[in-house]
Amino acid sequence: MSYHWNWSVFLAQVPSGGTTYLGWMLSGLATTLALSLSAWLIALAVGSLMGVLRTVPGRWLSGIAALYVELFRNIPLLVQLFIWYFVLPEILPTGIGNAYKAINPMLQQFTAAMICLGLFTGARVCEQVRSGIDSLPRGQKYAGLALGFSLPQTYRHVLLPMAFRIIVPPLTSEFLNIFKNSAVASTIGLLELAAEGRQLVDYTAQPYESFIAVTLTFMMLNALVMVLMHRVEGRTRVPGYIGGGS
Amino acid sequence: MISIRKVSKHYGSFQVLTDCSTDVQKGEVIVVCGPSGSGKSTLIKCVNGLEPFQQGEILVNGISVGDPKTNLSKLRAHVGMVFQNFELFPHMSVTDNLAIAQIKVLGRGREEAVDRGLKLLDRVGLLAQADKFPGQLSGGQQQRVAIARALAMDPICMLFDEPTSALDPEMVNEVLDVMVGLALGGMTMMVVTHEMGFARRVAHRVIFMDQGRIVEDAPKEAFFGTPRSERAQQFLSKILHH
Amino acid sequence: MYEFDWSSIPGALPFLWAGMKTTLEITALAVAVGIVWGTLLAIMRMSGIRLLSWFAAGYVNLFRSIPLVMVLLWFFLIVPALMESVFSIPRTSDTRLASAMVAFALFEAAYYAEIIRAGIQSVHKGQMGAALALGMSYGQAMRLVVLPQAFRNMVPLLLTQGIILFQDTSLVYVSSLADFFGAAYKVGDRDGRLVELLLFAGAVYFLICFSASLLVKRFQKKVIA
Repeated sequence: MSYHWNWSVFLAQVPSGGTTYLGWMLSGLATTLALSLSAWLIALAVGSLMGVLRTVPGRWLSGIAALYVELFRNIPLLVQLFIWYFVLPEILPTGIGNAYKAINPMLQQFTAAMICLGLFTGARVCEQVRSGIDSLPRGQKYAGLALGFSLPQTYRHVLLPMAFRIIVPPLTSEFLNIFKNSAVASTIGLLELAAEGRQLVDYTAQPYESFIAVTLTFMMLNALVMVLMHRVEGRTRVPGYIGGGS
Repeated sequence: MISIRKVSKHYGSFQVLTDCSTDVQKGEVIVVCGPSGSGKSTLIKCVNGLEPFQQGEILVNGISVGDPKTNLSKLRAHVGMVFQNFELFPHMSVTDNLAIAQIKVLGRGREEAVDRGLKLLDRVGLLAQADKFPGQLSGGQQQRVAIARALAMDPICMLFDEPTSALDPEMVNEVLDVMVGLALGGMTMMVVTHEMGFARRVAHRVIFMDQGRIVEDAPKEAFFGTPRSERAQQFLSKILHH
Repeated sequence: MYEFDWSSIPGALPFLWAGMKTTLEITALAVAVGIVWGTLLAIMRMSGIRLLSWFAAGYVNLFRSIPLVMVLLWFFLIVPALMESVFSIPRTSDTRLASAMVAFALFEAAYYAEIIRAGIQSVHKGQMGAALALGMSYGQAMRLVVLPQAFRNMVPLLLTQGIILFQDTSLVYVSSLADFFGAAYKVGDRDGRLVELLLFAGAVYFLICFSASLLVKRFQKKVIA
């Protein structure tokens, strides 16, 4: 085999000029970070709300939440992404659809990917939040209500603070997933990290360097998130608390 | 103070409570006992509306618990409840456990709430534990904090749901002592418990329940002297010879 | 307002069905190989032999920390090139399908390994002790006593992972291989009816995955009961 290794390829100027291949990779990384973090905020907000709804009395609200989870869990992420990106602008009322299609394509790709990843991950967060709340002893809810808290206050002050602490480990893996899943956005042309790596392959014929760099970057992101979430787990640990159940 | 009128409750086809009626006067201490599954815990949870019931009426201080128009949170804020498994909030320090509901429900200032909480913590003999978390306390200590937490709301009456049955035997008395102190201080109390010693010392009346019905409802002396129903007699001899 | 026109779907059904067969083939092979290789990885990881457990841990962590899309790109762009230069096998759709299957199998094995490891660890340690006390070897104890119990507990999780894998196969789109999703996309693109075909594909995936997950749930109740 006669592969010619050339790690200095990253320092070469791109054909269009103005930056190096390394610059491309870094801008891809920035896009990956921005996409993942903004989608994570959506996932946490929607997932928490839906997770709470799944546990409240009243069939209607928990039914809506269950429908949300099933819908977003049983359609492949790629199909969801294509529906957000290709289908939604078409079936919106013509005026809104055209206005959307008129904005910067990069921004279109980004918003579609952000909403898609956010709602997709939100369905998983929802299930974690629900199981966290369900794992608390029933007496905790009673104790909150018996002190005169309203149901929302009982969730806010009693149930959710413990439920979120309990589900930090599974939330960590969802947080990791969102970084990995963000690479799917390359399929609609969003120039995130994986797409920049692929572009580099097309331009330089140095596939190994490019792919190794992208793979290592994803591994580093992974390690970084794990360290971060470990910190979160340590910071929120409750003194003397051993586990759920009563 | 508490008036329970012909209350019945069922889960689907399973009858949990049948036609239960009794009254608790201001300053009275009532002990509710009976075999497990007799509905005594359910009955006491109906008093502050934690368990809904289908028939009958419960009045607390003249307010109907079952009436959908009643603001249950407001009612519960003044009815203290102590649970079998303590149910302190594990993520809050003892002080915060004592203060949170005073602040969020009664609208007291933090300083006032902490002040009031610590006073009651002192009364149950745990002032030194104010900054600990529930998980760092023994069961008996947790239950005493839970009693102080309920008292901090200035309740008009107190409900106890088997307050000592999750405790190791050597911790039962420290909790009962606090409860006796409360009873002697004139608190209106409804206590689900098997601690007959407690009943003998401070109860005014004893209620015996079996299969969702109130079988006996008698003054303490009469109950321990000559319980009329056979089941109550069996239950008493079992408990006493345990 | 958009006017839907579903007329290109009926004629395309044979093509879509061929795509679905590709999807199912990839899924079935990846599940089978993934479970076998995943079991081996789990056993290696729990074995006392340091080299093996390091290898297994490294393998699992590597595959679990990179996106599936990246793994597929590695296999689609690099494996065929490698085969071409080493064995002088030309790049055809057959090698694409083969590298897709290999990629999914190797990737999923890392996830199966973790499920299986947790399953084995959930079987009471006493069971292993009892089997060894009866004179069984470690391998016999694992094969005859621990694994059968572990798999029984794990079946729902393994099946759920299979459903996820079924959905993930749509990512072979990056290699323009015509699996079910790829086929739907191609038809939609050809007829200018992408909206209808994407919605149709979504509905088909939903029906299959939702019914499969209901079956898993029912099965789970049976196992527990």
